[in-house]
Amino acid sequence: METYLRSILQELVRIPAPPGGEQELRNFVQGELEGMGDPMAVDPLGNLILPLGKVEEDLPAILLSAHLDEVGIIATHIDDRGFIRFTNLGSLNPGYLLGSRVRFLTGTEGVISAEGSRKSKRVPDMSKLYIDVGVSSREDCPVRVGDQAVFQGPYRDAGKRVISRALDDRIGVGILMDLVRKMSKNRADLPHRLIFVFSVQEEVRRRGIGPAAYQLKPDLGLAVDVTSTGDTPGGKKMEVGLGGGPAVKIRDQGMLADPRVVSWMIEGAQALQIPYQREILEGGTTEAANMQVSRSGVPAGCLSIPCRYVHSPSEMVDWNDVEGALKLLENLLARPVPLLNS
Amino acid sequence: MIGIGASQIDLLARLSNAAGVSGDESAVREIVLAELGSSPVKCRVDALGNLLVTQERDPEKGAPRVLVAAHLDEVGFMLTHHQGDGLFRFARVGGVDKKSILGKRVIVGREKIPGIIGCQPVHLAVGEEKTKTIPLEKLRIDVGAEATARVKVGDRAVFGTEFKQQGDILLGKAFDDRMGAATLVGLVKNPPPGIELLAAFTVQEEIGLRGAGVAARNLDPDLAVALDCTPARDFPSFDEQTENTRYNTRLGRGPAIYVADGGTISDPRLVGQLIAAAEAENLPYQIRQPGGGRTDAAAIHQQLGGIPSVSLSVPARYLHTPVSLALLSDWEAAVNLIHSGLANLQLEDIKTDR
Repeated sequence: METYLRSILQELVRIPAPPGGEQELRNFVQGELEGMGDPMAVDPLGNLILPLGKVEEDLPAILLSAHLDEVGIIATHIDDRGFIRFTNLGSLNPGYLLGSRVRFLTGTEGVISAEGSRKSKRVPDMSKLYIDVGVSSREDCPVRVGDQAVFQGPYRDAGKRVISRALDDRIGVGILMDLVRKMSKNRADLPHRLIFVFSVQEEVRRRGIGPAAYQLKPDLGLAVDVTSTGDTPGGKKMEVGLGGGPAVKIRDQGMLADPRVVSWMIEGAQALQIPYQREILEGGTTEAANMQVSRSGVPAGCLSIPCRYVHSPSEMVDWNDVEGALKLLENLLARPVPLLNS
Repeated sequence: MIGIGASQIDLLARLSNAAGVSGDESAVREIVLAELGSSPVKCRVDALGNLLVTQERDPEKGAPRVLVAAHLDEVGFMLTHHQGDGLFRFARVGGVDKKSILGKRVIVGREKIPGIIGCQPVHLAVGEEKTKTIPLEKLRIDVGAEATARVKVGDRAVFGTEFKQQGDILLGKAFDDRMGAATLVGLVKNPPPGIELLAAFTVQEEIGLRGAGVAARNLDPDLAVALDCTPARDFPSFDEQTENTRYNTRLGRGPAIYVADGGTISDPRLVGQLIAAAEAENLPYQIRQPGGGRTDAAAIHQQLGGIPSVSLSVPARYLHTPVSLALLSDWEAAVNLIHSGLANLQLEDIKTDR
């Protein structure tokens, strides 16, 4: 079934956006959402901010964030034979890098390999990896130190599930874009203000959202991001799996979600009969962690999309989870939020 | 071109020789304050000890407020326990290279008591003592029994290295970041035209950038530059076969502009400004290899509603050891680059799409 979200997601994953290099993607999102909310703004760090709702009244504000950026790499050295050394922007597993194709923002593509014999079964350290862009000298190499690249990989909609690069967090960006589209129609009736933040630099320890939250002073913060799963062969112990519905975050490495935000989402899902999962994530966190400790404190939570193979060239999510998240948010945000009106 | 004369080198020498371990920067701050005494500036010291310097004259209308930060503190030691007989256990403050401290002279406390990080004479060493790095717990700072009364637990110690110049070569301790502090003093005395310069001589950078964020909130700038000193590991590989691919920076190639480090992705518009200035003025520059390490920019850029930031460093070998080596010509290029990079900077230049 072709939906707005399915069609926009294909566009979103096509555009590269390493941390700090979100310009093209931000321009695309801004173009798509033009005229749907209040005028958009880009803040000093590059976050795209779209407010929605009545400004004249002193209504509580809900900040919803999804990050534009994806994990990437940055060139550190071009050697005399034209091989490119690099380091990571965001958390990257050398095992996923080895053999992957990458594409620089300038358009140059290359393959990642490692020093030494490839017969070795051990995954080499990042410092042993290099990118080969098919040139044979430093002079011919079109890449310069400081150039950024992202994973390359085709988008494949398998019907029930989708396999693609950069689903972390284009899926969240797509959900928020669809929400803006849906909610802008009844914006005059909203019982609160919605502030959508398409944020930058999440993958480098969430450097973008803090300043945005500081500036926007929300009364409630909600991140929409992916979470990992425990449903793969020999995978880690984790309750969340693909297809079980969106995951309501209770705790991760950086945040104890506000219990009122947790029950707001869970009760909403139950009332709407949307399947949901309770999420405890032992490694990693989201932008909600930064919102929560902004200024004098903000009730915060996160609605997660379960995702396999996070930070690899081929991430996977289940459309049921995505559509459940969208339906849940659309319904929850159209009504007064108990926490904000008590 | 702004030249670096004898008085600037003398200032660097005094700053380098001064003791300013993180949290105890007053001796260094006093030198900066005295140096700025006759300039038309307003100086204040905040609650943490950051020295904030603003120009006395009113800024031009619409001039961007530019924070330039350099840290006063250096890595060093703190005495933690007196074992008797002038022998003190100690802890490192900041990332001192453990391997490089054995047998080095130190200066302890504000009374500047000389001491030594003692080591076993090699001809009396036995077994592993001959080859292994001795763990910190087994090392002592020895001030001699007689000096015990003038030294106490909690005192800081720095390496007892004297600054030396030999032509283009500068040798001394704490170039990280007295080099930046000396550059910033020069910038305050001769501010770039068309901007409102807000100078912050920050504290506690080496123990987690604890001063700079506070300074940034206080000054609320439109953009920021951190002036620092970064390692040059530009050595040949000793097997002479493989290429050195991880040098961070290289001596003699000019100041290092940061694109990304462990704490900041530099604002690309500011990176572009610096590169354009270097090319226009024909100044040498290099891109610092992206990778680990952080500067005050990491703390500054996330303050308030976000502050576009970049870092600019003088390269130096052997940082965080008893003695560093830098080149006067790199420093001079840095002094010129920061001045011309900021001169007549327009707010519009950083309002374009980042």
